[in-house]
Amino acid sequence: MKLVIKPKKGLANLDFKELWYYRELFYFFAWRDIKLRYKQTILGIVWAILQPFIAMIVFTVIFGELANMPSNDIPYPIFVYAGLLFWNFFSTSINNVSQSMLRNAVIIQKVYLPKVILPVSSIVVAFVDFLFAALIFGGVIGYYRFIPYFEGLLLLPLLLFITILAVLGLGCFLAAINVKYRDVHHALPFFIQLLIFITPVIYPVSIIPKAYQWILALNPMTGVIETFKAGFLGTMPINWMTFGISSAVSIVFLILGLWYFLKTEKTFADII
Amino acid sequence: MPNPIIKINNLSKRYRIGAEEKGDKTFRETIMDWVCAPINNFIKLRNLTKFKNNDLENVIWALKDISFEINEGEVLGIIGKNGSGKTTLLKVLSRITQPTNGFAELYGRVSSLLDVGTGFHPELTGRENIYLNGAILGMRKKEIEEKFDEIVAFSEIGKFIDTPVKRFSSGMWVRLAFAIAAHLEPEILLIDEVLAVGDISFQKKCLGKVQDVVKGGRTVLFVSHNMGVIRNLCKKVVWIDNGKVVQKGDVDEVVKDYEKAQMRQVDKSSYIIERNPEEIKNSSFYFNRVEIFNEKNERTTLFRYNEKLNLIIGFAGFPLTNKYSVEFHIYNELGQMVSMGASGSYHDKYFSSNVKKIKIGIGPLTFTSGRYRILLKVLSGGRYYDIWENAAGFNIIECQPFKTNHEMSVFREGACILQQSFDEIE
Repeated sequence: MKLVIKPKKGLANLDFKELWYYRELFYFFAWRDIKLRYKQTILGIVWAILQPFIAMIVFTVIFGELANMPSNDIPYPIFVYAGLLFWNFFSTSINNVSQSMLRNAVIIQKVYLPKVILPVSSIVVAFVDFLFAALIFGGVIGYYRFIPYFEGLLLLPLLLFITILAVLGLGCFLAAINVKYRDVHHALPFFIQLLIFITPVIYPVSIIPKAYQWILALNPMTGVIETFKAGFLGTMPINWMTFGISSAVSIVFLILGLWYFLKTEKTFADII
Repeated sequence: MPNPIIKINNLSKRYRIGAEEKGDKTFRETIMDWVCAPINNFIKLRNLTKFKNNDLENVIWALKDISFEINEGEVLGIIGKNGSGKTTLLKVLSRITQPTNGFAELYGRVSSLLDVGTGFHPELTGRENIYLNGAILGMRKKEIEEKFDEIVAFSEIGKFIDTPVKRFSSGMWVRLAFAIAAHLEPEILLIDEVLAVGDISFQKKCLGKVQDVVKGGRTVLFVSHNMGVIRNLCKKVVWIDNGKVVQKGDVDEVVKDYEKAQMRQVDKSSYIIERNPEEIKNSSFYFNRVEIFNEKNERTTLFRYNEKLNLIIGFAGFPLTNKYSVEFHIYNELGQMVSMGASGSYHDKYFSSNVKKIKIGIGPLTFTSGRYRILLKVLSGGRYYDIWENAAGFNIIECQPFKTNHEMSVFREGACILQQSFDEIE
């Protein structure tokens, strides 16, 4: 085995053989994050359920009851929880990914590893939360004796995949910037909070004039959440146009984010 | 002809260091600075990774045109004072950071130990941390499983294996961390000053383990301050100073010259020594000053046989732990460590973290006449905050213990003179 160390210009290459070699480390990082997520808490994994559940109640009271937000004739709690399920996965994982370099700063400074495994592995823990939150979703549906279109579940892997692409793209970009400019750490939670209002979580896209709906579709989560609501809850026929735009934006995010990450990763150990 | 397993060719590494803030500002300047801060910050942060040819001001070359080769199965020592570029060299060779110029070729699987316990998480148990840390160091899960019992036995932590490491004493923590590192089996091993951990008996055990590794025919690059260990393990040594190779060659020769140079530095110094800020790097707690007194409380660097010496040592920064201990090593001009002391290990004396000035009394000095240098270390739980290579120097200017007008010197009469008597019996 020969290894040449020399200054490299441009992108670090994605060496898939190397990534395969480091798959166990990837697994250990994910396992560590899962283990640590709810260590020394009383409620433990219940937190993963409690957050969307309480948000569902609050949103139902404020938007469903007080503001009388339309929900395509579906009980509002089900409507909003369907959105929150994906939204929480998106916001938790984007937070994790953007912090992944700083949280592992010591490791980055002391050993060599393909750094891209850190953002990817930090999505796994958010995915575990997603699974638990999905269980409760089942409970909510059962409580209202609502019968969903189970064939819509076939869309689930695709929707999760699109979400992960968007998260990885945006997250890697933010993680790389965060190494140098810690402003991300302060700005991101705030922007994520605002972003929920331009995502059809608490309202259906249909309340927006048709001519402007494409703007909303530029947000990758719009396509994901609308398609899930349409396919699984049967709110309306799936709008493939919206889904297409959102998917395309996710892919663009992924390419740009990964490009920036790979371009800057060689300096991480020096400036983190 | 043995094969070079590592070839290093004109390797250089440039870093940008932060520009110093200007002192004394007027009110208007302060306000303006405040308003412009975002822009200035942006420029400063952006410049961290941008280098122009014409600005050399805030740029340092941590490595400059380093070239040497290491043959397969060789153990090469790297010596040099703090901040000379030793660690940077290991970081470049282990691909943590990129070189600015030059290249290196390595033929084999590389593992680096720049620190022990990298990625240890306090909330995880000893068992879990063995897996995590092992994987971070590049071990396969299967490999870790096979060596698991050996690692636990080596670390001597026994039944605490399923306790979160935050409940470990710092000694246990370090022992576990080293035990994992000691079971790495790469073809090329890069080791920074990590053997200097734990108590003395554990250090010996670690050293033994490294010797086994060496005998196993693996190639080792070994950074250390401890010339004794270097002499013990390495046949060849590279001496680095200011990022450049000063000398490379056989261990005896290079270490001797290195010690001579250290002594020359000590000679230049006096009885009040302020720390050179370049040596401190990013330590959170460090020495900043030392003064030498004789037993009459006069400042001096000249002592006679059997006199006592006092060191007043000043610290700066903030230790991360609530107590610390201090170590001194005394070297003679042959590079032998002739004496040492450690407040924690041997006196059970720990200083609380708000203590910023301490006194060490040493003596009576029963050394032969010659020049001596004192190395200082400050540590907590087996981990070093700071090592000050050339903290102070002193001379034994007169060593006539038996009042016979015969001067006893380090070159002829050995390192120290013991009480002795010659009596007739028959």
